Amino acid sequence: MPKLPKLPAPPVPSALQAPPPRPGDGNGRAAPADHAKHAGRTLVDWVDERTSLSGGVRWMLFRKVPKGTNWFYTLGSATMFVFLSQAVTGVFLAMYYRPDPSGGAYESIRYVTNDVFLGQFVRGMHKWGSSVMVILVFLHMGRTFFFGAYKYPRELNWVIGVVLLILTMVMSFTGYLLPFDQRAYWATIVGVNINGTGPLIGPYLSDFLRGGPEFGATTLSRFYAIHMLLVPGLLAALIGAHLYLVAKLGTTAPPWLKAEEPPELREAEV
Amino acid sequence: MPDKHAEQKPKYTLERQIPGAFEGETVTRRRFMTASAHTAGAIGAAAFALPSLGFALGPIFKSTPVRWESVGPVDMFSEDNYIPVVLTLNPTIGEAGKTTVYVRKFNATIDTDPYDRNTPYIAISSRCAHLGCPVRWVDAAERFICPCHGGVYDLLGRRVGGPPVRPLDRFYTRVNKDSEVELGPRFSVNSELRRFSPRDPGEPLDGIGQYLYPSRPGAQKL
Repeated sequence: MPKLPKLPAPPVPSALQAPPPRPGDGNGRAAPADHAKHAGRTLVDWVDERTSLSGGVRWMLFRKVPKGTNWFYTLGSATMFVFLSQAVTGVFLAMYYRPDPSGGAYESIRYVTNDVFLGQFVRGMHKWGSSVMVILVFLHMGRTFFFGAYKYPRELNWVIGVVLLILTMVMSFTGYLLPFDQRAYWATIVGVNINGTGPLIGPYLSDFLRGGPEFGATTLSRFYAIHMLLVPGLLAALIGAHLYLVAKLGTTAPPWLKAEEPPELREAEV
Repeated sequence: MPDKHAEQKPKYTLERQIPGAFEGETVTRRRFMTASAHTAGAIGAAAFALPSLGFALGPIFKSTPVRWESVGPVDMFSEDNYIPVVLTLNPTIGEAGKTTVYVRKFNATIDTDPYDRNTPYIAISSRCAHLGCPVRWVDAAERFICPCHGGVYDLLGRRVGGPPVRPLDRFYTRVNKDSEVELGPRFSVNSELRRFSPRDPGEPLDGIGQYLYPSRPGAQKL
């Protein structure tokens, strides 16, 4: 394994840096103030000594990136940030939401929107965040495509990315039903019927989604379970795999950047 | 690179000088233990995974009970115009479980298709055969018109325009002893008004359509 790079020193002018402790200060023992000063470092060291996590963290975060890396390379982490925002706001929305098809679902959403302190704001973040996530996923996919970043050896990461795209769409589709208003109801009717137009397995898939031949009480709880348990778990696991491969394989240079010839291969010197 | 598989080991454990080997034994105890542990793990995982899967997929195979619901007295309906009635498909979910059905009396001059004989009333579902939006009977046009994607159907519910792939679904009808019209289960029809067990919208029934979109296992023939 290659030697891991050291953390960069913080950019403090040398005049302002504390002088290193001299032997003999404080009778050779650390004063309580010194202990307090180093508490954070001591804690991190304590954990690291028992887990060796710092190597992994440095492997993940302090990577070499190619020359020419630009703002387009942030679309993936932007998508992940929106996913985290969706996860956090979703967890808190679940504290108020009731998947009850005979009026309770709509009433609980109305309560969140109108009565809960900051409810409209948190629900708004979740609602608009879902659109932002879909847009960012497509921009990230476009960046990968146009920069040729899907090519060997990164094909598997493209495949995982496509699965993540599909799961994001599943999240959008299942989340759309949960407010249980007219728009949610009819959008779900139409969406499930689009599913049903797939030959042979389409009708069975529709019955699975609805929990029966007609839209019923189980449809809402099914969509709720898929939306908040099944797909988020899959998404988080696959995002982990996606990130692991990014760290392992490194990112690509933008296509307009030519590789520098090694000096020994330059024509003039041969 | 030397191929580690090239070297053939003797078949019997006895010949491989394994301590405590039995006569005629071919599987080492290590391999046997590994296989046993894997089998036990697979049985354990299947014990919770298969019931859960069946639990989630169960509704596909469940047959729905036949419900008949009275929608009004016989003299409420005429031969030449549709009367919209509200039918409850699912009584447990309030308004979301209701649907509008257009009902009229059987009319021998219009309903000439052989499949419609012996039907006292014609009950046409308002569920569009494209993607399931609610269609509306427009008197002036004498057409069923869908607001979503422009599906248009004629008096018999046959498609005359737009994206729908088959005519509007129908419901079985009968007259009960109190002279009330009752609506029963839904059925789908192809473009010749031949009857099929109910299909979801968007699933054609002409040609190979009825095979590409099979009837659901729980569907009952009436």
